[in-house]
Amino acid sequence: MKLSAMPQSRRDLLLFLTLLIPVFGVFLAMGPAYGARMSVEAACYAIIALGLTIQWGYAGQFNAGVMGFVALGGVSAMLLSVPPNPDFWNSDLPGELARVLLTLVAGIALVVATSRLHRLGVSRRIRTVLTVGVALIAYLTFINQLTPVASAIESQAGFIGGMGLPAWVGWLVGGALAGGIGYFIGHICLGLRSDYLAIATLGIAEIIKAFLKNADWLTRGTATVSPLPWPTPGAGELGFVLSRSIYLSITAVMIAVIFFLLHRAYHAPWGRTIRAIRDNEVSAAAMGKNINKRRLEIFVFGCVLMGIGGAALTSFNSIFDPSGYLPLNHTFLVLAMVILGGPGNNLGTLFGAVLVYIIWIMSAPVALFLMDLVVMAGQAWFGWESAGNLDSRALQARVFVIGLLISLVLRYAPKGLMPERVPHHR
Amino acid sequence: MPLLDAQDVHGGYGSMNILNGVDLAIEAHEIGVIVGPNGAGKSTMLKAIFGLLQVSQGSIRLRGEDITNVAPNKLVQMGMGFVPQEYNIFPSLTVQENLEMGAYIKPRPHTRLLDHVFELFPPLVEKRRQPAGELSGGQRQMVAMGRALMTEPGLLLMDEPTAGLSPLFMNEIFTRIKEINAAGVGILMVEQNAKQALGIADKGFVLAAGQNRFTDTGQNLLNDPEVARSFLGG
Amino acid sequence: MNELVFFINNVVVSGTVSSSIYAMGAIGVTLVFSIMRFAHFAHADMMTLGAFFVLGLTMLFPEVGVAVGLPSALILMPIAMVLTAIVAVGIDRAFYKPLRDHNVKPIVLVIGSLGVTLMLQGLIRLFAGTGSRSLYIAERKDIFRLELPGELATRPIVITEPQIILFFCTVGAVVALHWFLTRSRLGKAMRAMSDNPDLARVSGINTNTVIAVTWMIAGALATAAGTLLSLDVVLKPDLSFFLLLPIFAAAIVGGVGHPYGAIAGGFVVGFAETLAVFNWAVLLRPFQDMLPAGWELPTYLAFVGTEYKITVPFFILVAILVWRPTGLFKGKVL
Repeated sequence: MKLSAMPQSRRDLLLFLTLLIPVFGVFLAMGPAYGARMSVEAACYAIIALGLTIQWGYAGQFNAGVMGFVALGGVSAMLLSVPPNPDFWNSDLPGELARVLLTLVAGIALVVATSRLHRLGVSRRIRTVLTVGVALIAYLTFINQLTPVASAIESQAGFIGGMGLPAWVGWLVGGALAGGIGYFIGHICLGLRSDYLAIATLGIAEIIKAFLKNADWLTRGTATVSPLPWPTPGAGELGFVLSRSIYLSITAVMIAVIFFLLHRAYHAPWGRTIRAIRDNEVSAAAMGKNINKRRLEIFVFGCVLMGIGGAALTSFNSIFDPSGYLPLNHTFLVLAMVILGGPGNNLGTLFGAVLVYIIWIMSAPVALFLMDLVVMAGQAWFGWESAGNLDSRALQARVFVIGLLISLVLRYAPKGLMPERVPHHR
Repeated sequence: MPLLDAQDVHGGYGSMNILNGVDLAIEAHEIGVIVGPNGAGKSTMLKAIFGLLQVSQGSIRLRGEDITNVAPNKLVQMGMGFVPQEYNIFPSLTVQENLEMGAYIKPRPHTRLLDHVFELFPPLVEKRRQPAGELSGGQRQMVAMGRALMTEPGLLLMDEPTAGLSPLFMNEIFTRIKEINAAGVGILMVEQNAKQALGIADKGFVLAAGQNRFTDTGQNLLNDPEVARSFLGG
Repeated sequence: MNELVFFINNVVVSGTVSSSIYAMGAIGVTLVFSIMRFAHFAHADMMTLGAFFVLGLTMLFPEVGVAVGLPSALILMPIAMVLTAIVAVGIDRAFYKPLRDHNVKPIVLVIGSLGVTLMLQGLIRLFAGTGSRSLYIAERKDIFRLELPGELATRPIVITEPQIILFFCTVGAVVALHWFLTRSRLGKAMRAMSDNPDLARVSGINTNTVIAVTWMIAGALATAAGTLLSLDVVLKPDLSFFLLLPIFAAAIVGGVGHPYGAIAGGFVVGFAETLAVFNWAVLLRPFQDMLPAGWELPTYLAFVGTEYKITVPFFILVAILVWRPTGLFKGKVL
């Protein structure tokens, strides 16, 4: 029976069974500890990918800055779960930092107040000029106050340290933080062509990364923070395999909850509205649907999932390294998962996350193996000199593989391996 | 041999059929007019002739040669011109550049062709360096027709050339159409303004639900009480 | 006066340099957008690719420039422009055209171009490694120091050879593009297709030719921008997303689909960036004496640190999207 002719549920089952082959392959080839690590990471990626699949698959919004939201989740997991830094809290720096933050709040209040001036009869043009001017002055004041405090923190205490709360609190706050930034971006871009959303999200991701990398007082920047506590017993107590399996079960529960919520939402009137907007915006608007509000909701919701997934991933890796957030690893990898699995299909996204993650971690060793083969053949037959840095170059093969994967899927399986199932309501 | 001969044309957008067997034929130097209620498939028929949508059944011939589902740019080379109803000019190009685009497939220079079009539409002469998007509705329609005439077509298809124009401009456009036709160009057009259009038509085709309801000379259709009652508003 | 020289060196010269690079990139992005209606995310990597072609050619023939007195890389640049143009057309045929033929939404083409970006990045790094390279192989970079007459300025205005070349190349490219778009048959066809693709097809314009020409121009300009940038600083394989944002911002500020707007946008974004990271305290220093005693001027007064340079194009982008989404010159479709 041809794959395309099967009923969809049987086809999905078959695909998932096939997926077991590479999964077991990794366990056998690399050992159970490595396999367990891969599974947890794939599960965290699946949460992130579910965030993208509701944005892109459900609503047709293309977020090219997943990395930024993942990093926000990561920084929040770090800040909330790492133990407090006594050097910081025992100095007079917290008070100074609070004063700077108060300046910021006052500045924002002043700017907002100025932007409302037109209600007092000031002409809109003058109001805009005034608002921009006040914003500039407030910003410069804030920066000038922050700089000395920040460098004092860096020199006296290293960084402000964490709050010593359980890791899962950090995950939730990470989701909220990512959602907040998503609200800001979505508010500006969702009414425009989707290209602009892609450009803006790409930009905000780079800015978030630049901030996390350079705000040493907050994140220790490139010096990195580790270890990050797990919400579950660590490898020191239970050994690698067991501790990772418990972590995996937590992420699995999270995925199950998200699945349940998404399933409910997708089949509720809310989900129908979202799909109606995606498929035909004009008629959805004509039916009196509040398009921009629904769009914003789904975009923010997707960002929240990315933040939570990113936080879980960062906690698992137990190190917060802002330079470790790369567009390739945290945006395009997720994109490949979603479009390969089937945008708008949650099961497909899960499938894509696992499959693409295996392709991802296996492509560097495979490429190295192939290159070694070529070099050996070259040495044997033509007397080549081997170029020294094959390892780092083989790593670059992953970039190419993900790019090729995206291009091939778009061309040959534009709806993914498990296409969205459009329910027929009576 | 008829200039254009379409027989039993079926077609539409995707799986939705709009044309369910339309026949029409016009001789060289004739004006053919397609009229009918909204949704009858009038514009769709023009697009089907001009290769802008897939014809699923039936045949279309130009001077005896089969042109069913031939690409538009080939049809331009075979001597057919098309004036769409809307978006029929290049707004940021000047009037002269618009006309030059019409003659894209003709060897240069285009001086003679340009002079010919400017002779037909004198108001365009002084606007030739102005972006076409800045012109009035009637002048835009002239640019659109002029652009299609630059290839010196033997058959000109026009989709509602007077839509949205004031009565004054409407008369002007009808006069130009008669002039173009007098110069030897066969014309097939869709018109909402059925009475005036049938008045200048050699052949008239009344479509309804994607099929011919009446086919006769323009004059006979105007005088036919049933056509008048059902399609010309009494 | 030394402060003024500092301003000229750090703002006027370097602002013009980055503005010209952005402008050349933005023209390509805007042309692709106006013909194919999608934001081409692989553009910055096309710049890198072109510069790597130049690097390869220069390594093969390091001495060609010596006879003329210009950098070899510059002499070999036209060949690389042709190569990149061919690659650009090839990429279109292999990856974008099949998608276009399926009538996909423009955003799918955007994703396709992200796939192409990654493939280009991967290939470039696979073959050339990840380190920085200099395009000056057999020669040295000429640096001109213009001493100012008079007693007040003791420091010279510094301008380098590649900066002068960049300036002339930008002017040349803009003039050539203007001539092409307003005088040549193909250029007019390009504008026509950007105005109204359906009518262009109906007029007998071969849209595939126009698309190919668009890619050739975009590829050639990207090569020029990438090469001149690398001549001025160094050739880095990982510039991609850092170039992409200012280039897109420039194209949108100028009004998408508007080549002249893209040039203006490039200068707006380039100078905004330079002015934002410029240390204004230097210019204020001469006025220190006028302040009452006890008032200290800050030693460092810039809007953003250089590490946050990328926020400038982003906020320009946000501002223009909020206040005037069609850009300064009334661009196309939103």
